[in-house]
Amino acid sequence: MKFVAFHLMPYRPLDLVEAAKHRSAWVVLPNSLYDPEKGADEYESHISSLVYAEELGFDGIAVNEHHQTAYGIMPAPNLIASALIQRTKRVKIAIIGRALPLVNNPLYIAEETAMLDNMSRGRIIQGFVRGIGAEYHSSGTNPFYSHDRFHEAHDLIIRAWSEAGPFEFEGDHYNFKYVNVWPRTYQRPHPPIWIPSQGSSETVAWAADPSRKYPFLVTFAAADAVSRYLNAYRDQAKLFGYEAGGDQLGWAAPIYVAETDEQAVAEAGLAAEQLFNNFLRMTWEMLIPPGYMSMPSMQNFVKMRAALGSQPKRTAEELISSGTALIGSPATVRRKIQEMRDRTGFEVLVSMLQFGTLNDELTRRNMALFASEVMPHFRT
Amino acid sequence: MVDGALRAVGDARYKGLEEDALAHQQSRLQVRDVGVNIRRTGAGRPLLFLHGAGGVMTWMPFFDALAEHREVFVPDHPGFGLSDEGRWIGSIGDLALFYLDLIEELDLRDFDLVGNSLGGWLAAEIAIRNASRIRSLTLISPAGIRIRGIPCGDNFIWSAEEQVRNVFHDQAFADRALAQTLDPEQVTISLRNRFASTRFGWQPRWFNPDLEKWLHRIKVPAQVIWGEDDKLLPAAWASRWKECLPDARLALMPRCGHLPHVELADQTARIVTEFLKGVAA
Repeated sequence: MKFVAFHLMPYRPLDLVEAAKHRSAWVVLPNSLYDPEKGADEYESHISSLVYAEELGFDGIAVNEHHQTAYGIMPAPNLIASALIQRTKRVKIAIIGRALPLVNNPLYIAEETAMLDNMSRGRIIQGFVRGIGAEYHSSGTNPFYSHDRFHEAHDLIIRAWSEAGPFEFEGDHYNFKYVNVWPRTYQRPHPPIWIPSQGSSETVAWAADPSRKYPFLVTFAAADAVSRYLNAYRDQAKLFGYEAGGDQLGWAAPIYVAETDEQAVAEAGLAAEQLFNNFLRMTWEMLIPPGYMSMPSMQNFVKMRAALGSQPKRTAEELISSGTALIGSPATVRRKIQEMRDRTGFEVLVSMLQFGTLNDELTRRNMALFASEVMPHFRT
Repeated sequence: MVDGALRAVGDARYKGLEEDALAHQQSRLQVRDVGVNIRRTGAGRPLLFLHGAGGVMTWMPFFDALAEHREVFVPDHPGFGLSDEGRWIGSIGDLALFYLDLIEELDLRDFDLVGNSLGGWLAAEIAIRNASRIRSLTLISPAGIRIRGIPCGDNFIWSAEEQVRNVFHDQAFADRALAQTLDPEQVTISLRNRFASTRFGWQPRWFNPDLEKWLHRIKVPAQVIWGEDDKLLPAAWASRWKECLPDARLALMPRCGHLPHVELADQTARIVTEFLKGVAA
């Protein structure tokens, strides 16, 4: 199994009481709540903890992109990736992912990733996402065209990396007289592509397509849902006439390990709740703007929403029992990983070892314990 | 955005009138590859009503009031209501040209054009392109142009409740709307309306930067009606429309929100009818 240490880089000094007075921690949360002195410390601390992951033997470290939010202060993940390249030697650096529909010139993404891939001598993994719904509000991107722009930008970037330039690109949303990216990517034909997803059937079918076979990464879902989505990918692969490998199946989850289950919950339970209740807090209208989901998905979602009412507050107990967050002793966490492996055959675990306001000391202890007491058991 | 609002009118205000109401017909018109659902009623000079972002969830007393002297046509725009999606119609300009096809298909001549919100914007976009069949233009709190420094409300970020409350001055309308539940078909229609209004209105939000440059081409008599308490599109925008349209009058309605034809239906119908009477034959 491959282990990736993933970081959202939340703004931990956030005044949660003040933040709760606003509609969301996204888009409309006043940036006057951000203190640059504290923020500068946050960057240093979060980058250091990702660098520490290399020391601990992780296979990869991962960053991602989010805009106008305290949830993650990484609107430009490539800047962090660039810093990580300078401070690490061996680990893969996964940018999971870039939000393709939000940009008007996807060639900038192709160029920047190609630079990072050269600078790291081929250590880059590239994730492609559509961005979270709130980012269609903050970027002024029309969500009605979210899927179309994603697919077209993807096709453009892959061609820009793998075909000889210059060539002309003729699309509906993007048109370029000259596509001729300098530098070329270090890895040929291009860096590995990963697709983080909440599990929509359209995305599963697209990622599993034999022309792509992109590793599929289920993020922040209950264990049953993770299993369902990963098996949907396997089934889809079979329909396409091939067997999906474990390296195509990924799971991203908040993980916290301590000596005992009780200690783990005491130390990290609140932080897990904060991740969902404070930092990811947004209204349905922000989470799912019209067109962001397909009409059939949206109709299902409306039914579910009617059953749920307002967005429920998450509790540590529920996050743990549903397997959304893996929090417990090394034995407990090992067992849950093994269960998922038995259910799905997944071989890529993207562990988020800092979440909510979890401090540096606990984060490092968590990372070290996870590396020494959990990872080795899955290295065979 | 105002599905609930329009529904409330149907249920709470219109129900008692239903038996007396003029019957309206519903039919399907094929325009190129798009089937358009059209409701129509009355007889006389044609009047085309272009709905706003919330679509036409229910037939409204306002339409019947207009139909006393007119044959009123109320189409669902492509993507809205029961009309086909017409996904290739990608911008308000496309939509306006599509409507010029539709107008020819219906063979409307010398007709009065009325639009609310998105529909008012659309009406202006149609008229700058070809007003040869248009006799008059009535814009009820139209989107389409903006005044810098006076931003519109954000119906896309508003909660479901705010979407209803913020289009009314009189919260009794909102209360009635919010007390309703939608049946599955209405849920689908309201989702379609929201998808389609996003297609045309999300970015830039509810306006076309090029429209204002061409409003001088609309030579037909125009009337702009606006609720003074419009929380979605500020009533302060009304004066800009009056400045830009060569032959326009302005009717501001006190104690009224974004939907004068719903909230003050009788009064709005009278204002429209009086204006139409005054337009030279």
